[in-house]
Amino acid sequence: MKISQNIAISENGFLFNPATGDSFSTNACGKEIIRLLQEGQSQAQILEALQREFEVDQASLEKDLADFLYMLGNYRLLDANAQ
Amino acid sequence: MSSGRTPCTVAVSGLNNIDSPGPGMPVIRALRESSNLEVRIVGLSYDSLEPGLYMHDLVDKSYQIPLPSAGTEALLERLKYIQSIEQIDVLIPNFDAELHNFIRIAPLLRDSLRIKTFLPDLADFDARHKAVLFEYGQQHGVLVPKSHTVFTLMEFHRALEAYTYPVVVKGKYYDAQIAYSADEAVSAFYKISAKWGLPVLLQEHVRGTEVNVTVLGDGTGSCIGAVPMRKLYITDKGKAWAGVSIEDEALMQLSRTLIESSRWKGPCELEFMRSEEGEYYLMEMNPRFPAWVYLAFGCGQNHPEALVQMAMGHRPEPMTKYRVGHMFIRYSQDLIVPMEEFEKISTLGEL
Amino acid sequence: MPLKTYERPYLRKLNAGLGNKFGTRNSQVPVTEIDGVPVAKLMEEYGSPCFVLSEQTIRQTYRNAVRAFSTRYPKVQMAWSYKTNYLNAVCRIFHDEGSWAEVVSIFEYRKALANGVPGTQILFNGPDKSEDDLRTAVQHGSLIHIDHLDEVYLLSEILASEGLKARVALRINMDTGVYPLWDRFGFNYENGSAWTAVTKVMAQPRMELVGLHCHIGTYMLSAQAYAVASHKLCDLADEIRKQYQRRIEYLDLGGGFASGNTLKGSYLQGSDVIPTMDDYAEAITSTILQHPFAMSGEIPTLYLESGRALIDDAGYLLGSVLALKRLGDGRRATIMDFGVNLLFTSFWYEHRISPAQEYSSHHEDMVLYGPLCMNIDVVRENVSLPLLKRGDRVVVHRVGAYNMTQWMQFIQMRPNVVLIDRQGQVHLIRRRETVDTLNEMELTPLHLELGQGKPA
Repeated sequence: MKISQNIAISENGFLFNPATGDSFSTNACGKEIIRLLQEGQSQAQILEALQREFEVDQASLEKDLADFLYMLGNYRLLDANAQ
Repeated sequence: MSSGRTPCTVAVSGLNNIDSPGPGMPVIRALRESSNLEVRIVGLSYDSLEPGLYMHDLVDKSYQIPLPSAGTEALLERLKYIQSIEQIDVLIPNFDAELHNFIRIAPLLRDSLRIKTFLPDLADFDARHKAVLFEYGQQHGVLVPKSHTVFTLMEFHRALEAYTYPVVVKGKYYDAQIAYSADEAVSAFYKISAKWGLPVLLQEHVRGTEVNVTVLGDGTGSCIGAVPMRKLYITDKGKAWAGVSIEDEALMQLSRTLIESSRWKGPCELEFMRSEEGEYYLMEMNPRFPAWVYLAFGCGQNHPEALVQMAMGHRPEPMTKYRVGHMFIRYSQDLIVPMEEFEKISTLGEL
Repeated sequence: MPLKTYERPYLRKLNAGLGNKFGTRNSQVPVTEIDGVPVAKLMEEYGSPCFVLSEQTIRQTYRNAVRAFSTRYPKVQMAWSYKTNYLNAVCRIFHDEGSWAEVVSIFEYRKALANGVPGTQILFNGPDKSEDDLRTAVQHGSLIHIDHLDEVYLLSEILASEGLKARVALRINMDTGVYPLWDRFGFNYENGSAWTAVTKVMAQPRMELVGLHCHIGTYMLSAQAYAVASHKLCDLADEIRKQYQRRIEYLDLGGGFASGNTLKGSYLQGSDVIPTMDDYAEAITSTILQHPFAMSGEIPTLYLESGRALIDDAGYLLGSVLALKRLGDGRRATIMDFGVNLLFTSFWYEHRISPAQEYSSHHEDMVLYGPLCMNIDVVRENVSLPLLKRGDRVVVHRVGAYNMTQWMQFIQMRPNVVLIDRQGQVHLIRRRETVDTLNEMELTPLHLELGQGKPA
């Protein structure tokens, strides 16, 4: 699981995909996940990192993370080759 | 800074200067070129891609505002925020869909935010609606094609008896077909109601030439300005690409009579059809500046400036002269915008 | 280091032409209490979902309506439309404020009697009045609003056999310029049926024609239509005066006044487009007062049967999120514990829904489903709400009209209904249904009783 290269994300949570020209808006937690993805962390590592950072139970986080990753994939923001 | 010009801040919507343009940018250009006003322009936009947002030489600062469908409560809330930063003196709404809400909150804007507008009241606004325009015309001595709003095929058949062919069958929002027989009319009814739903409008067909007038009324029966125009070329979206100011005293007289009789307050665009017999039929009355209002300025009448002056409580002299034979020709050009600007307006709602 | 507050990750594509989120904060502003009572506490005590009614709002709304009419017209009488909400506690608030009862079935009629309404203060409307129903109404001296000619004949027979007289009104339907026409109830004005009915009733020695009634539609966005209706009723009353030297005592303009809910398909918010009670009152009263009929003698009493506009705002539905999911096309779907079973009005309204707890400014578009395992159970086809999660609470606004009468016992049972009084005390006014509530009505044939041996 890897985020597409060249994805730029701003302080405001504005995300631009130069490969497609699409732009997106995300929140603090989304930003953190994208940062961790850019660092090359795995889904399990991200889960662990977020649990250290946020006040949340594991079941909710697991479900929400999976949904977020699904949306990233849906919008073609994940690098297909790196799967 | 040129001396003698009154400084003021004007908020303007309709910055969508696209292929079917809103009137905002032409209004702003006319205000910018005013000899009496020194304006700061606050743009109000609904979408992050409205070109006016990125025209910094014309618009000083822009804010996104909620869509009319979000309601007046949300709109007021947003304007309260904007006014905590700006000192808007006058607000000119330019979109058909937003007018109802702005008219509704006009007293609140004036009293609690000190923002002035110059709009008709809701009763006047509703009185010139498509569905009741015929009665409006009768009341003010202007011909309007006869029309019926029908909800069922049975009503449609019944209504048809009162017409001679051809007739026009119109959809609720868009679409119009000319029918030369009852069969054609019924088939048009089916087609249009299937596409746009019910009701369907049945209208008398008037053959002739379309002529438009941009008018400004002071609300007490005076016509402050009026310039007539004939479209020279129409785009595939039905919008004027080019038009020319014309001389037509009968048309001007009729327009003034309507504004005086109805005591219309604010800007409006009168769309007339001049029939082959030389009679003028009012087809539509749009309660806002038209997108071609800059032509009025080009012909010597600055309607947006006069509106701002009236909103501020002044009484400008009626403008009766204009230059005939001046044309407007629309063009489009590409603005180059760095992504950061789009990001700013999209994520922060201000630019 | 303390942990950060969690909000689930969210990603929204920025599309052109979809508007923007700035200034739409009011869909995010949490509603944490109703009349000072915390929503969380209400739901802890009475469960989720749960209907809540505000006595304060009911009385305020009612008094505003009475003020709008009675400051313009000297003789006004409200009659509470039972079908809109016939919970006894609700009806009694209206009766306490001085409202009579308007009923459309013997079931509602008996409720009104039991709520202490004298028979003479009940208007009996509607197409369904059986022989027994009419006899009851006649015996109690109620005002009978006749819907069709069969009713004239039936009533005539009953009056003869009972040796009694009845005070009656005719329900009239008409073209008021608002479409579709409601021509299924009563007698049509334009085609002459109304006049035929007048002559039939006038020929009945035991019937006293005292009123004319109309109800031109529902959720009327035009106050002007009521001016047209008032005018036509006055014309008819005047004709009766001239032809029969009988003076019509009252005109009943019915109801149909809109509430602030937003109709499906409406671009603007309901609360931005509906006429005010003063607009309706002005249209009706100025028309009657200026009509030759009113000037020719004693002016008629004005009866009104407004339901929706008097109770909608006072009702709330509290509910919570059961689950979140993604639909096949990537759209967000949120499943609530209430659906069309409780919110019948979601078939025609886009109900305003507020969260009952704080969120960040992020929000997402979603479909809001109810809990029923049925495809029709959609509360909102598209609504923008904050980042809800399982268990989060929401408040649905303006649900006081028709939901607590048209709700369905389907798949789920009906929940508690509570009333918050003017002192902020919470009263349970209808208990939630249980399996026993429903089983109590059922009978099992002996051969299907459990333990009675195998069926043959």
